[in-house]
Amino acid sequence: MKPWKRKGDKVHGDLDKQEAAVLRGLVSQIDDMLKARIEDTPQDELAELTGIRTGPTTSPDDPVLSRLLPDFHRLDDDNPSKEDLDSAAVLRSLHEPTLLDLKTGVAGVVLDTCPMYGGGVRLSLEQADAWLSALNDVRLALGTAIDISEDMPDELPDDDPRSPHLAVYHWLTWVQESLVQALADE
Amino acid sequence: MLMTAPVDMEQTESSSSGAELVSEDRPWQTVVWNDPVNLMSYVTYVFQKLFGYSRDKATKLMLDVHHEGKAIVSSGSKEKMEGDVARLHAAGLWATMEHQS
Repeated sequence: MKPWKRKGDKVHGDLDKQEAAVLRGLVSQIDDMLKARIEDTPQDELAELTGIRTGPTTSPDDPVLSRLLPDFHRLDDDNPSKEDLDSAAVLRSLHEPTLLDLKTGVAGVVLDTCPMYGGGVRLSLEQADAWLSALNDVRLALGTAIDISEDMPDELPDDDPRSPHLAVYHWLTWVQESLVQALADE
Repeated sequence: MLMTAPVDMEQTESSSSGAELVSEDRPWQTVVWNDPVNLMSYVTYVFQKLFGYSRDKATKLMLDVHHEGKAIVSSGSKEKMEGDVARLHAAGLWATMEHQS
């Protein structure tokens, strides 16, 4: 892939066949995880009647999903206060459905605009912002899965099972960085 | 964007719920925490885009997150901070809200 280029109110990119397949595969996986979370949340009759959806009150057990859907308060101290725990539960239940819609929405934009077998990508600025969020979600997911840290080396030893994933992670970092630069370039 | 404390209102409220009201009215703030994934350029871009901050202000906040481990990116009513945290979560940043100390 060459760097993204902004031309007026469009952003142009180009992915080869393998890059498109990797990106689409990862975005689909995140999309599936998010949709499973939506389906896991039964809606009661009141929600159907009022149209007000409520989400779960607790953070997902899966660390990847939990990173994509954070709590509204810091609860990772040794002893979070009951006030914070209660408030975080209410806020999650209130806001998580919208967050899930937004995240599956940006994933959908990538799946709609990234050519299945590679090729040119032409995005509106709005679509480019959706790509940025979706790329970030994929990097968060992959970064959490391979336990990325600030002092992670560029390459891991060949026998480290995370090694191929780290290469994909670095590629995604480059794609996102290039897209930010193109968008910030007024 | 700081909310001026409605001192007079608090004092005229009934005494039984006084403590609770004071706690509710205390301004809130939105905190963004450092994490090893989010790109510095992206975090700056998000601060500009979501809050309308200048590039200088957004860059300063991003550097605070990076070097200090966190930065207070906005403050105000509880409802407004909920909205800010929700938008930051949508962008993939690690944000929480807390009472101003």
